[in-house]
This record gives sequence, structure tokens and C-alpha cells, in this order.
Amino acid sequence: MVTIDGLRVQVDAGTTILEAARKLGVDIPTLCHHPDLEVQATCRICVVEVEGEKLLQPACAFPVRDNMVVRTNTPDVRSARRVNLELILAHHPTDCLQCIRNRNCELQALAERLGIREVRFERKLRGIPLDESTPAIVREPDKCISCRRCVAMCRDVQAAAVLWPVGRGVDTVVAPACERELGDVACALCGQCIHACPVGAIAERDDTEKVFRALADPTRHVVVQTAPATRVSIGEELGFPPGEIFTGKLVAALRRLGFDKVMDTDFTADLTIIEEGNELLKRIKEGGPLPLITSCSPGWIKFGEHFFPDLLEYVSTCKSPQQMFGALVKTYYARHSGIDPKDIFSVSLMPCTAKKFEAERPEMASSGYQDVDVVLTSRELGRMIREAGIDFANLPDEEHDSPMGISTGAAAIFGATGGVMEAALRTVYEVATGLELPSIDFQEVRGLEGIKEAEVMLGDMKVRVGVAHGLANAKRILELVRDKERVYHFIEIMACPGGCVGGGGQPIPTNMEIRGIRGNALYVADRLLPLRKSHENPAIKQLYEEFLMEPLGEVSHRLLHTHYTERSKYPVSCYPMSQNACD
Amino acid sequence: MDVMPASLDSLESTIKEIVARHGRSEHELLAILDDVQRAFGYLPENALIEVARNLDMPLGKVYGVATFYTLFSVEPVGEHVIRVCENAPCHLLGADTLIDVLSQELGIPMGGTTSCGKFTLKHTSCLGVCGVAPAIMIDDEVYGNLTPDDIPVILEKYR
Amino acid sequence: MRFYRSHVLVCGGTPCILEGCKAVRDALTEELKRRGLDEEVRVVETGCLGPCDLGPVIVVYPEGTLYEKVAVRDVSEIVEEHLLKGRIVRRLTGEGRLAGIVSYKEPEYLECQERIVLRNCGIIDPSSIEEYIARDGYRALAKCLTEMEPCDVIEVMKQSGLVGRGGAAFPTGLKWSFTANAVADEKFIICNADEGEPGTFKDRLILEGDPHSILEAMAIAGYAVGAERGFVYIRGEYSLSIERITKGIEQAKAMGLLGRDIFGSGFSFDIEVRKGAGAYVCGEETALIESMEGGRGEPRVKPPYPGTHGFLGMPTVVNNVETLGNIPRIILNGPVWYRGFGTPKCPGTKVFTMTGDINSKGLIEVPMGITLRKIIYEIGGGIPGGRSFKMAQTGGTSGGCLPGEMLDVPMDYFTLPEMGSALGSGALLIMDDSHCIVDIAESFMRFFVRESCGKCVPCREGTARLHHIVEKIAIGNGTYEDLRVLEDLSHAMQKTALCGLGQSAPIPIMTMLKYFKDEFEAHIKDKLCPTGTCRL
Ligand SMILES: Cc1cc2nc3c(=O)[nH]c(=O)nc-3n(C[C@H](O)[C@H](O)[C@H](O)COP(=O)(O)O)c2cc1C
Ligand code: SF4
Ligand code: SF4
Ligand code: SF4
Ligand code: SF4
Ligand code: FES
Ligand code: FES
Ligand code: FES
Repeated sequence: MVTIDGLRVQVDAGTTILEAARKLGVDIPTLCHHPDLEVQATCRICVVEVEGEKLLQPACAFPVRDNMVVRTNTPDVRSARRVNLELILAHHPTDCLQCIRNRNCELQALAERLGIREVRFERKLRGIPLDESTPAIVREPDKCISCRRCVAMCRDVQAAAVLWPVGRGVDTVVAPACERELGDVACALCGQCIHACPVGAIAERDDTEKVFRALADPTRHVVVQTAPATRVSIGEELGFPPGEIFTGKLVAALRRLGFDKVMDTDFTADLTIIEEGNELLKRIKEGGPLPLITSCSPGWIKFGEHFFPDLLEYVSTCKSPQQMFGALVKTYYARHSGIDPKDIFSVSLMPCTAKKFEAERPEMASSGYQDVDVVLTSRELGRMIREAGIDFANLPDEEHDSPMGISTGAAAIFGATGGVMEAALRTVYEVATGLELPSIDFQEVRGLEGIKEAEVMLGDMKVRVGVAHGLANAKRILELVRDKERVYHFIEIMACPGGCVGGGGQPIPTNMEIRGIRGNALYVADRLLPLRKSHENPAIKQLYEEFLMEPLGEVSHRLLHTHYTERSKYPVSCYPMSQNACD
Repeated sequence: MDVMPASLDSLESTIKEIVARHGRSEHELLAILDDVQRAFGYLPENALIEVARNLDMPLGKVYGVATFYTLFSVEPVGEHVIRVCENAPCHLLGADTLIDVLSQELGIPMGGTTSCGKFTLKHTSCLGVCGVAPAIMIDDEVYGNLTPDDIPVILEKYR
Repeated sequence: MRFYRSHVLVCGGTPCILEGCKAVRDALTEELKRRGLDEEVRVVETGCLGPCDLGPVIVVYPEGTLYEKVAVRDVSEIVEEHLLKGRIVRRLTGEGRLAGIVSYKEPEYLECQERIVLRNCGIIDPSSIEEYIARDGYRALAKCLTEMEPCDVIEVMKQSGLVGRGGAAFPTGLKWSFTANAVADEKFIICNADEGEPGTFKDRLILEGDPHSILEAMAIAGYAVGAERGFVYIRGEYSLSIERITKGIEQAKAMGLLGRDIFGSGFSFDIEVRKGAGAYVCGEETALIESMEGGRGEPRVKPPYPGTHGFLGMPTVVNNVETLGNIPRIILNGPVWYRGFGTPKCPGTKVFTMTGDINSKGLIEVPMGITLRKIIYEIGGGIPGGRSFKMAQTGGTSGGCLPGEMLDVPMDYFTLPEMGSALGSGALLIMDDSHCIVDIAESFMRFFVRESCGKCVPCREGTARLHHIVEKIAIGNGTYEDLRVLEDLSHAMQKTALCGLGQSAPIPIMTMLKYFKDEFEAHIKDKLCPTGTCRL
């Protein structure tokens, strides 16, 4: 039993004061605390008075003990908290009005909450330049408050361990190795550090201007594809709570913005299942190489190229649904609609920052043009909708355009961890056995467990599958494979925890709880759709009949499959052996 | 112990040898960086990469460690590093004057390196010889009870 | 053993080395040989003898005569006069200002000093394990292993009332019991020899002067808590300490005093040396552990404490060098004997290092509870140059500054904090009236800016702001508002910084503002330095 501000509560041993207080409805302010990450206890904003302790203690780290008496709002606490916040603010630009995190910033909110009206210390900035070295992520070190949440995220959750504290004392900065730019180091561009960051020190590269310009250009036929995970998150950008699906309003909003065609990445998700499913069956038949590892997560691909170059042969050669869509839109769709591919401007709406990088990979131009011209994250689209003044809440539900707008429930669940695996199993089982699945829900591969496993009988063959989300889990499963400790036939890897619903381009905040809610919503969407297996998608059947001819065929090979590049773990330097980490 | 100065060409083998001597463990990082610095004079990026590779640890972590400790330098330094203690006990007994004289003699400010590449001038935390304050340390050698007149004589030994 | 009629101890502590004691030692050996005295007189290089600012220092036994500032050219005279003719060379015995030390006898007879930790320092040749053994060395370990259960050892430590000498004054017996009670695959003993507090050099001189006492104490600690591995974490700058302790470990292993199955007791204990790389904060125990694990030396969040979650996550005892130095004596002589020294609340002795404006700078060991006045005027010989005392900073740069009115405060771990100061590591910085408080404050704050690890906000940002504001005042740009901000900032740092560094960084400023506020105000209001010595 502990007493906090006079209220008593019973909690388990090991609970922090912060958690205990929240149970009582006492919301102690925090800044460096993040529910999914290792305790940092660096900001000292959450300090409280604990009876019997000489010092104020950080509520986010201090475990309760029996009969503890805590006060969270004494003059002592308030004074110290305020000083600590002023210290941070004095070393931070006053750029809120121009800041990408304006009105969605933990520091700003805290300053507002504590009623800061003056900062008693002289303002000083670090003066470190912007890092715009990658197509996906922009770092603004002057805004960094050294809370180290991104360090924990990148190291513990994403296993890329790119960001680290550098230097000492007041000169400490959080930066990529050797204070290089992000583009020089082994960054997956997954964007999870953005979700970790309480402020605007890390953000997506904003490409909205390019899209607005294309939309205004009458010579451009602007086509957009919407990724599975964006329909469940766009609402959050526009003020709705997590967990609601807004497919119809999303389509309507995109039309209002002026897109000529609003089509669906779900369509190529179904296509991916056909190609990848056949690739799996082929590899099983030909005796390898197995396991087949999914390739739709470009953050995972880049991570794999840096850290597991020896396992690249296992990775499916299928492009991601975004890139399959891009390749088809400037070939199949162009032919279908009689529009010159050079006039098509192809935009994709993605939950993901790594997709921005993927779209700019040199090999992603199989149509003869850059297949996807601009990738927008959910956050950027939210910004565009807000700027255009579209009344999202009251939009009618509209349907995607054909022919690349028809999809199944299998495609919808692509956005959640385990979804690609489940979608593939639904198809592979039926294609391989010719039998109808007794139950198409594969519960074992759903949920937020880091690594999930299942066994499926394909006829008399037992197929072992594994699912990993978050790159640290990916690393774990790949090491099991590399060390031959575990045998799998098929592995799904998603760079982002929770899968694409938790992508680096999704609305802020994105945390484990919200990732789970968004994922569950996709499973609901799947259940409500009439078609739930990719091979039953009539538009896909038509695509093969009219254009691709057969899975893994010559056209597919040219447009839908790709290859990978070994990348170094280390930055280029005068060192002869290493190559550019991010070309 | 001193490792023979090695050129950057033999970097790979030198570092491999150093790592082998201490054991391939992250826990030996400080000792390894110490020896690498003795071999190359400072910790060039290539060397840090090689250390990271040999220990199979993130380069960013190695760099974070290398920039945390004042005895390590990721920037090239002069052949001799002069560290001046200006903590209170030395400050009281005239460390400031020593700094002025050193700066003047060498023609560089604190933190600087002479153009000939001979000397780097840095400050240091207390050298633990405050009984003979003010004190400086040149490479591994400590000098105490200094007066401004001692400086040119000491520098002469290294010139 | 050969019988020598005389021993000449040449101090081989780092301060004396810096003053050229090696050359004196060589000249002495040479001269004795030349005169055929080398069979009768033995030259021994010892650890620090105490008056480090008077080096090179030598002591001739059996008379116990201490010669200071001995130069090579003095050697033949000492040999000729003293060792041959038995006449003390008055010219080199100083001006008698080292009361009690000039007639250097067995330390136990020293008037004000009480040598428990330093009992061998300056008496034995630290590179000889035989000499250590000859003075009861490793007997305490033998006693523990053969006559005592681990819990008895801890009980003795508890009864002795020994508290840690690294600064935090935590009861050593209690600390050991936490680790002893923890269940784990492996446990560790770490000797904290990262001494970095400006003005402190006691641990260095203990390690240099009597390395085996520390090794023995670590083995005793290992036995008491059930650890089989120990580490001595020594700051990288202390090359002689590293050398001596490394050699000591080799010797002890060779004699079976460390290593497997010590004294056939079944208890094994090994010790390794780890070197720091320049970071004061690594003296903080959890930062030290981070550093030993190959990381940035940043303190960890406590709880959990190292006693249960330390090196590699395992239960770990971290003890200061001086704390350990007490242990063999306590085991051999018992807790009652130990409680005979010092005060009832704070028994034992404390090793101090005296620096700054004091006639005799160096190392002393005195009973806890001694007054500052006694240290400065009776042992330290007072303030040089006829100037008067202005303030003393106790506990190093992170300690408080005490004015003349406080000279009679007893120096122990409980009284000083009541004065807003701390005993800390035992550094004593004495300042005379020629120095400006604001200038010194600025120097103190610069130290913290450089040494803050940068992990937590109040310290990372706060130290820089403290320094900035003091600097402003120092150059005549300060305002009264600055003083108020200093107070709020200091409060936040003291109460919320993650580790002791940030918590104590404002202590010097707070005490200076308390006792010397007028001097700050003079800089602010009159833009004038009352001492006329600072930059204004
Ligand atoms: C900033 C800082 C520096 C410290 N430096 C030292 C040090 O150099 N040596 C030391 O023994 N303890 C130092 N300590 C104290 C240690 O954290 C720890 O309390 C001590 O080593 C425990 O040993 P003891 O119980 O024997 O005193 C320092 C603490 C802080 C906060
Ligand atoms: S990061 Fe937050 S506080 Fe800083 S400028 Fe941006 S919105 Fe304002
Ligand atoms: S984008 Fe991903 S890999 Fe890159 S720094 Fe951020 S979290 Fe790490
Ligand atoms: S970049 Fe953001 S998350 Fe990372 S340390 Fe800076 S403020 Fe914290
Ligand atoms: S108080 Fe200072 S030294 Fe200690 S953890 Fe905080 S920043 Fe680091
Ligand atoms: S939120 Fe607890 S210290 Fe930052
Ligand atoms: S203060 Fe300079 S050596 Fe200690
Ligand atoms: S070192 Fe020689 S007297 Fe202290």
C-alpha cells in the first residue's frame, strides 16, 4: 500500500511511483519516459518527494515500497521541476511556430502545462547543421534534448544501434557513429526513432510540397496508392482516437485533394501473395534456398543488406507491394488507360519512412521511369488534408478506383505483424493442396509477441513458419537461422514493431498499445470483407490474364522482382574495404 | 606498455593484434582503445571501425566511448600532449600563469596543436599531485612545483 | 635476514619522484658503496612519507631523522656526517615547522597523527611483499580464512563502525552484508582507485606505498561476501600505482596469497587491474562499473545498488582504497580497538591531503573528529608568508567552503554536512586572504562543467549555467537576480541530479554564498574585487 498525494493505492512490488500514481489518476509530468523503452531517468522532470528520502526521486524510475508516502506537487518539487525544464528550454530553439512537431510535441506541451512564462537562463544553441542526407529522415540536432529515447529505440528495439551519445557534459549530443550523417551509417531508415523522439529533433522528410505541385500541374496525371496500414491510422492524424478504419473517407479526401486516380496498395499486396506464394512453393519443390524471407518491408531490407548480407539469398525477390504498384502503374495501368507513362505522377501513401528510400533505389525503375515518384507518410497526408481544409469527419465514404483498387481481406492484414504470413498461408495452402482451408484465421501468427511460430500441414508436408517484427526480433530470428538452431520454411519480417501499423511514418504518438489497437482494427476489416484470400481477387486474375500471363513469369520477373545490394555496417572513409553504407 | 608506432597501412593487423592481446570482449574496450591510441597517436576513424569490427560491437558505441574519456582523442594530436591542471589547488598556486607561458612559448591557445605537429596543449582534471601544485603532464610524465621559468627548460627536452 | 645498523628510507611517492628522488637514491647507493658502507646501511625506497611538498624526502633510522628537499649534492654530506659520524645535518631538517614529524619516529608516537591506514607507508619498501609480511601482512587474511566464518568477518566490520572513505560514508559492514546475502552465480569486489577529486591524492599514495594492504583487504572482503574475483579500477593517469599494484598481485600469487585455494582453505581469490581513461565521474561506483564493462562512464539509476546489481549485473562490493586500508588492522586488532580512535559516532582515522596556502602540503592520517584548526596550525604549520586564513574547502572541489569561524568544527562524516560541507574524500584546500572568492568559485565550477557526464539535465545543463553565472559576476556583469537564480538552480541540482556529481556541484557555491556573500555583492554592486586579485 502506498500513499500518493494523500490517496492510497495497492500496487505490485516493483511498480514505479509513476505507474502507481497514474492508477490514482495523478498524472506526474514526464519527458524522457517512454512506456515501451528502457528507463532513461535523464530529464528529472518527474521528480517527486518521497518521505524519508533526502533527495527528490524520479517517479519514472523509483520503485514503490510498502507504506511509502509520496507527494508530487510540493513547492520543492515544483521549483526543481521548473528549473530543470527551463534548463532544457534555454538550450533549445524557440521555433515552435515553424516546427514539424508544433502542437504535437512533448516539450511544448510540458512547457504549457507547467505554465512557463520566462526562462531565466540565457538561450544558447548548439549550432549543429541539419542532417538531410537521406531521402527519408531529417535530423535537427539543435532541437535534441538528449533524452536518449531514440538511442534506446534504435539499439534495443531496432538493433541497428545507429544513434549514440557522443562527447561529454554539456557538449553531449546524440548522433550517428563518428558524428557522420545518417546516410553514411547502417541506418534502416525505419523511422522508429521519430516515434521515440519527444520533440522535433528527428522527423520524416516532408515531401508534401512536391505533391501539391504535381496536383496543380495540369499536364500530370497524378495517381495515388494507399497502403494497408494507412486507412487505420489516418483518422488519428485528423483527431480521431486510434482503432477506427477510414478507408472510404481516405479515398474521398484524396479525391478532394485532386488526385486523378485513387487506387490501392492492397491490390498489389494480393499480387505479392501470388508471386511470393509461388516462389515459396517453387523453392520447396526445388529444395531451396530456404527459408524464404518476406521482402515487403524496406526497412528490414536495408537492415538485412547492412547486417545480414550472407542471408540475402533467402530473401524473396518479390518487390514490396508499393514497388509492384509503381511498376504496374506506369505499364499496365498506363496501357489500360491510354495515358503516356511519362505523364503519370505516381504517389504512394505509406505508414513508412523507409519507403521513401525504397522508391529512390536505382533498381526501382523497371517501367523505364522512376516507378514511384513521391512517397507520403500518413503524417504528411494528414498535414495536406488539414492545409486544404477538408472536413474529414463529414466526408462521404468513397471507393477506390479500378482496376488497381480491388483487394481482399488478406491484403488488409498486410499492415499488421503476421498478416503477410497469414495471407500467404491462406493462398499457399489452397494452391498447393487444391483444398479449401477449414479455418482461414491463423491465430498463432497474430498478436504482439516478438517472435511467433506456427506449423502448417501442406498435404503431408509440415511447413514451419516464423514471424518477427521490430528489427531486434528480426535479428534474433535470423541468428537462429544463421546458426542453424531453428529450421523454418518461411519467415515474415517487418522492420517496425507491430508491423506497418507501427511504421515510422504513422501518426505520433505511436506506441505498443496503439500499434496493437491499429492491428486489431485491420483484422476486423479483414473479417468484414467479402473476399479474404488473395487468389480469389478477380482483378488479380484479370491482371494475370491480360498482362502478366503467369506467376513468376517473364513479365513478373522484369517488373515485380528485384535484387539486393550488400552494404557495409561501417561508413565510408579512406578505408579501402568499406563501401558507402547508403548509396 | 608501449606499442611501436604503426603506420595507417598496418592498421588492420595492428588492431587485430591488440584485440587478441586483450581478448575479444567489449569489456576490454578501454584498454584496447588505450593501446590503439598509443600505436597511432590518436584514434582515427579507420581504427575505430577496425576495433568495432574486431569486437563485433556497434561503431557508434565505440565512438561514444572514445569521445567520453579525456585521455582519448579522435582528432589528430601533436607528438607530445601537454596537459595542464587548472583545478583549484593548482589554480591557487598559479596554474593560469603557466598556461599563459605555455601558450606564448608554443604560440597556440589551450586545445591547440602547434603547426609543426610537435605539441598539443590541453587541460586535464586533477593529476593527483596537488602536493606539488601547480602541475602539468607531458605524455606520461608529470612535472610539479612549477614556476613560469621552468616551462622553457622542460619544453626544451621535447623540442 | 641481514642486520643493518642503519636504514635510509627514500620516499618514492609520485610527488617526490617529480622532485628527483630517484637520482638521490642512486647517488646515495653509489656513495655508500664507494665508502664501503653498503653492507651496514640499507637504502629502502618507500611510499609517501607525508610532507610531499618538501620532496625529495628521506628518513634515516634508527634516529628517525627526516631530511627534506635533499639534492644529489647533499648526499655525500649526509653520508659523511650522519651515517659515518652520527651527526644530524641540521641544514636539511627544515625549520622545525613540521612539528611532530621532524623527529620522525615510529608513527604511533606522532603527536597528532594516528597511523592505521598509513602504518606501512614510508616504512616499508612497497615493492617487497616480504617487508609487508614482516609487518603482520596477510595475517589478517589468514585469521579470516582459518578462524572466522564469513559472517563473523562481516560482524566485526559492523561492530567496528567503519564507514566508507570514498565520500558517501556508507557503513562498510552493512554494505558487505547486502552482497553476502544476495544469491548469484558470481560476485565481485571492486577497489575504487579512480581518485579524481581535485586536491585528493591519498589513494594514489596508499597504493604506491602499501599495495599489499589493499590486496589483502580485497581478499578478506571476497571471503566475507563470497566473491572470488576482484578488480582494482585505477585512473589511467596513476602509472606508478598501476605498476605497484600489478607487481603486488604477481608477488601475492607467486606466494599463494592470492589465487586458488589460499592457505589450503578452499577459498580462491584473484585480482585484476583495470585502467580508467580520464573521467572524474568514473569514481562514482555505478559509472565505474559501466566503464569496466567497456562503456561510457555514466552513472546508472539507483536503485538497484551495486551491492546486489553491480558488475555484469552481479552483486558487487565497491570500496574505496582507504576504506580497504583499514580492514586488515581491524581484523587483527578487533573492533573494540578500532573504536578507540576517532569519535563514538565516527570511529577510526581519516587520511587527509593538504593543499593550497599551507606551509606543509601533503598526506596525514588523524583521528576522526580532529578540528580544522589543529590540522592547519599544528600539523600543517599554518599559513605561509604571514598571511591569514580565509577559508578551507573540505572534501575536494565538491565540498563546502568554511570560513575562519568554523575552524573548531570537528572533522567527521556527520558534523561537516551540518555545516553545509562534507568530509568527502579528505581533501583540504586552504586559502589565505589574498584570494578572491568569486575567482575561486569560477575555477570550481569550471571543473564540474568539464567533468559532468552529460546524462541528466540538472547537471549537464546546470553545471554550465552555474559556471556561466559565476563568470558573469566575476567579470562585473552580475546582477542580484543572478544570485537568486543561482539559489534556485543549486536547489534543483542538489535535489534532482542523478548522481553525486551534479548533486554536490552547487555545494561550494552555496557555502560561499552563505559565508562570503559580501564578496559576491561587491563584484555585483561595486564591480570591485575586495581582494584586488581577480580579473575585475
Ligand atoms: C562524482 C563522484 C565521484 C566519486 N569518486 C570517487 C573516487 O574517486 N573514489 C572513491 O572511492 N569513491 C568515489 N565516489 C564514491 C563512490 O561512488 C562510492 O561511494 C565509493 O567508492 C564506495 O566506497 P566506500 O564505501 O568504501 O567509500 C565518488 C562518487 C561520486 C558521486
Ligand atoms: S521541438 Fe517542440 S518545443 Fe521544440 S521547437 Fe519544435 S514544437 Fe517547439
Ligand atoms: S531510422 Fe531506424 S535504424 Fe535509423 S536511426 Fe532511426 S531507429 Fe535507428
Ligand atoms: S533525437 Fe529526440 S529522442 Fe533522440 S535524444 Fe534527441 S530529443 Fe531524445
Ligand atoms: S549528475 Fe552529472 S555526472 Fe551525475 S549522472 Fe547527472 S550528468 Fe552525469
Ligand atoms: S521522466 Fe522521469 S526522469 Fe525523465
Ligand atoms: S589540482 Fe592540479 S594536480 Fe591536483
Ligand atoms: S610523496 Fe614523498 S613525502 Fe609524499
